Amino acid sequence: MTSPASAVRRAPLRAVSGGWLLALPALVFLAVLFLWPLLKMGQESLTDGFSTYSDVLSSTVYRRVFWTTAATAGLVTSICLLIGFPYAYVMYRSSRTTRTLLLAVVLLPFWSSLLVRSFAWIALLQDSGLINQTLTGVGILDEPLPLIRTQLGVLVGMVHIMLPYMVLPLFATMLRIDDRLLLAATSLGASPWRRFVRVFAPLSAAGIFAGALLVFTISLGFYITPALLGGPRQTMIGEVIADEVQQFALPTASALGMVLLAGTMILLGIVVTALSRAKERTA
Amino acid sequence: MRTVPARWLALRAVAVLVGLFLIVPTLMVVPMSFNGSSTLGVLNGDWTTRWYSDLFGDPRWRAAAANSLKIALGTTALSLLLGTLAAWGLSKGTRFGELIRGASLAPVVIPPVILGVGMYTVLLRWELTGSLTGLVLAHTVLALPFVIVSVSASFAQLDPVYERAAMSLGANGFQRFVRVVVPLVAPGVVAGGLFAFVTSWDEIVVAIFLTDASTRTLPVEMWIQMRTQVTPTLAALGTALFALSTVALLAMQLLRRDES
Repeated sequence: MTSPASAVRRAPLRAVSGGWLLALPALVFLAVLFLWPLLKMGQESLTDGFSTYSDVLSSTVYRRVFWTTAATAGLVTSICLLIGFPYAYVMYRSSRTTRTLLLAVVLLPFWSSLLVRSFAWIALLQDSGLINQTLTGVGILDEPLPLIRTQLGVLVGMVHIMLPYMVLPLFATMLRIDDRLLLAATSLGASPWRRFVRVFAPLSAAGIFAGALLVFTISLGFYITPALLGGPRQTMIGEVIADEVQQFALPTASALGMVLLAGTMILLGIVVTALSRAKERTA
Repeated sequence: MRTVPARWLALRAVAVLVGLFLIVPTLMVVPMSFNGSSTLGVLNGDWTTRWYSDLFGDPRWRAAAANSLKIALGTTALSLLLGTLAAWGLSKGTRFGELIRGASLAPVVIPPVILGVGMYTVLLRWELTGSLTGLVLAHTVLALPFVIVSVSASFAQLDPVYERAAMSLGANGFQRFVRVVVPLVAPGVVAGGLFAFVTSWDEIVVAIFLTDASTRTLPVEMWIQMRTQVTPTLAALGTALFALSTVALLAMQLLRRDES
């Protein structure tokens, strides 16, 4: 964008043809198949007026689901931060080759299908799965550990899927930290721990914030993984929405969808605002 | 010799454990799919390709594979057409460029469950649920942002000097596009196409909402099976899905590298 050519480019080419005209088909397509469905969903949720919303928001069953959803997303975010930060830090401090290897390890699961990975976790965690087979085979346990259809199962599966979303923003932020600030701290006599707490951690705060909100927001909408690895007590809002659609309760499903959409949009709004502010400050 | 502090060793140990946590379950399906035991997850030392012949011999899986392939190819074609035009237009620096770009990326951040409900509501009315067309349209919404990002990256590197040279040599708009612009942005277009293909090929949530018994894709069929019992045949399917996505994504990485 900053190449000298791009400065010259605007004037002559803009005269050639209106760019927005070329983007028009894509925009019309998205208006009809993305925006319109969301509006329709909003309309559907109001089929019986606001009573669907008051039913949904006052029902103890749904309240429990909302709570489970938020709590699961919160736990997933905390665990991802707890294990993602040291990982990103080691990536940042490593040599070029090690760094590439560590990055590949993050990107490979990032790109492979969520369904296949949840499948692998079932095979590992189920009562006749690899972990329980090993533990009972060696003689450590007589009975298989209940790993699947538990909170633990959901957390393990979701952290596995969400971890790259935490590591990548953290690593990107750490790369932008000016080494000279760390050198300055050392030369002023700061111990490595103090240097970390007072200099490095505050400078990576933007990445922590972005990663955590991203992980939390995406976790709220999970459907497949909790359905496969959790039990009835771990039901999240995404599963309830899908079940309601299958029972043709479209207004309820839509109202739940609107609640989830509102939560997602508010959180994303916070991320976008915070990131653009951070960008202004560094620019 | 430089002494390595204990905390750095501890950190590295944590990174290795996290790395194993990430990579082992991802690659687990491969040994599981060649394992002789008919109970999944029991590695008994026998190796077999039986699960693959079961998989490829079953007409139900073949039908699902055919559906997945048709939908993924349709999605690739439609999202490339719309996305390449849009990226070209955006590269010309239009007035609402940033707004248009932002709007076109929106489908990525909306939870797929919500898109599933919304599209189900609309496509039901248009009688397109349970049809391949409906799924192509839905998957194109999901794939379009990736195509626009990928092709835009190519356009950003396209030096306008070439287009102006063609113009000064008397090439009209169409000739300029076909003979100059297309060959130069081709790597980005191919990468975007691969991305679109993989997006559709692996997509499960929206597909659950929009498919019926005759239009089930591979992930949907796998999901239905998984909810009752996990079998080694599913590990074979998982490996096949994983292999195809990996090949596509490696190809995409190579294209990106060539470009930069």
